[in-house]
Amino acid sequence: MEHMISLFVRSIFVDNMIFAFFLGMCSYLAVSKTVKTSLGLGVAVTFVLLITVPVNYALQTYVLGPDALVEGVDLTFLAFILFIAVIAGIVQLVEMVVERFSPSLYAALGIFLPLIAVNCAIMGASLFMQQRVQMDPEISSQAISGFGDAIAYALGSGIGWLLAIVGLAAIREKMAYTDVPKPLQGLGITFITVGLMAMAFMCFSGLNI
Amino acid sequence: MSKLFSKENCEVFSNPLNLNNPITVQVLGICSALAVTSQLEPAIVMGLSVTVITAFSNVIISLIRKTIPNRIRIIVQLVVVAALVTIVSQILKAFAYDVSVQLSVYVGLIITNCILMGRLEAFAMQNAPWESFLDGIGNGLGYALILVIVGFVRELLGFGTLLGFQIIPDFCYENGYMNNGMMTMPAMSLIIVGCVIWAHRSINKEDK
Repeated sequence: MEHMISLFVRSIFVDNMIFAFFLGMCSYLAVSKTVKTSLGLGVAVTFVLLITVPVNYALQTYVLGPDALVEGVDLTFLAFILFIAVIAGIVQLVEMVVERFSPSLYAALGIFLPLIAVNCAIMGASLFMQQRVQMDPEISSQAISGFGDAIAYALGSGIGWLLAIVGLAAIREKMAYTDVPKPLQGLGITFITVGLMAMAFMCFSGLNI
Repeated sequence: MSKLFSKENCEVFSNPLNLNNPITVQVLGICSALAVTSQLEPAIVMGLSVTVITAFSNVIISLIRKTIPNRIRIIVQLVVVAALVTIVSQILKAFAYDVSVQLSVYVGLIITNCILMGRLEAFAMQNAPWESFLDGIGNGLGYALILVIVGFVRELLGFGTLLGFQIIPDFCYENGYMNNGMMTMPAMSLIIVGCVIWAHRSINKEDK
């Protein structure tokens, strides 16, 4: 239990998807113009992460890992194709379910839902999970050794991403009133702002529970 | 031969290098661009991998573009890219193990690199294989160019080396020069890319 909480908190602040690994940067920069839409995208990413990481965890443990499916066979090299297929499939499924049962949420998320399939944060979380499965939970606070851990990691990463995109959107809304040099406007200043935010987040790096 | 290297084809190849650079102008594929650039060597390997994968996935999709049903094209594209990435990742593990450890998950993340999907959707689905090949090489090199610039600055200022060889002479250190540890932090790559975009837009301002 302590391990799960530590994993959860660390994946929000220390191993933040945006500030430590730059995952999901494309949609992060493109959609962070207003707080409202960025909140929608953040929620959608968290939601999809919460489903795909545990499913891929099950795949990794029961199908792909060494000796998992057949004794003496290691199918880890198939991970890329299998993970991306699972992600694309689940995004499609989530889209249909949301459309059927909650049209208002579907309208709010709009184009973001299908785009999540190619969001690096989702694929990245699955690949990091694959790395962390091999770690020893006794030694490393990053290790994932069960469904609970996988869910905690997915939720933490999603919330970390949400926090980052809403924070940047809030800053960009205010930045509309500042006098930025012409060639630096738009993308350039956004990069530098994210860099400064990442530096601020670096102060969490010693955090341990 | 002259048809293969006609003016249009040369533009297809050279535009992404400068005027239509995938990173600074189209803002695609930022994720991996930032994370692998703390040193020059992984940046070069990453740039080359992306170039190869973009070129060949463009060719493959372009060859089968008439047979792909429109509804499931995204899945087809993803599978082609994923297969190519798996091959590249296995080759890297076999011949350049140290670099592949340094790149870690970012090789796998080439699958979700927006440059690939962007080029497949926007170019390979409508054009013949040879043009698509040039377009893939051009975009891959445009991406590699930015990676190399950022990797160059960060390794030179952060470690005082280039490709592992010491560049800053010893007497500078003796006279109080110090490596800038800040440059090795992830945050600095964002700021350097920001500055590269700034410079790029100041130079190309007249064209717009």
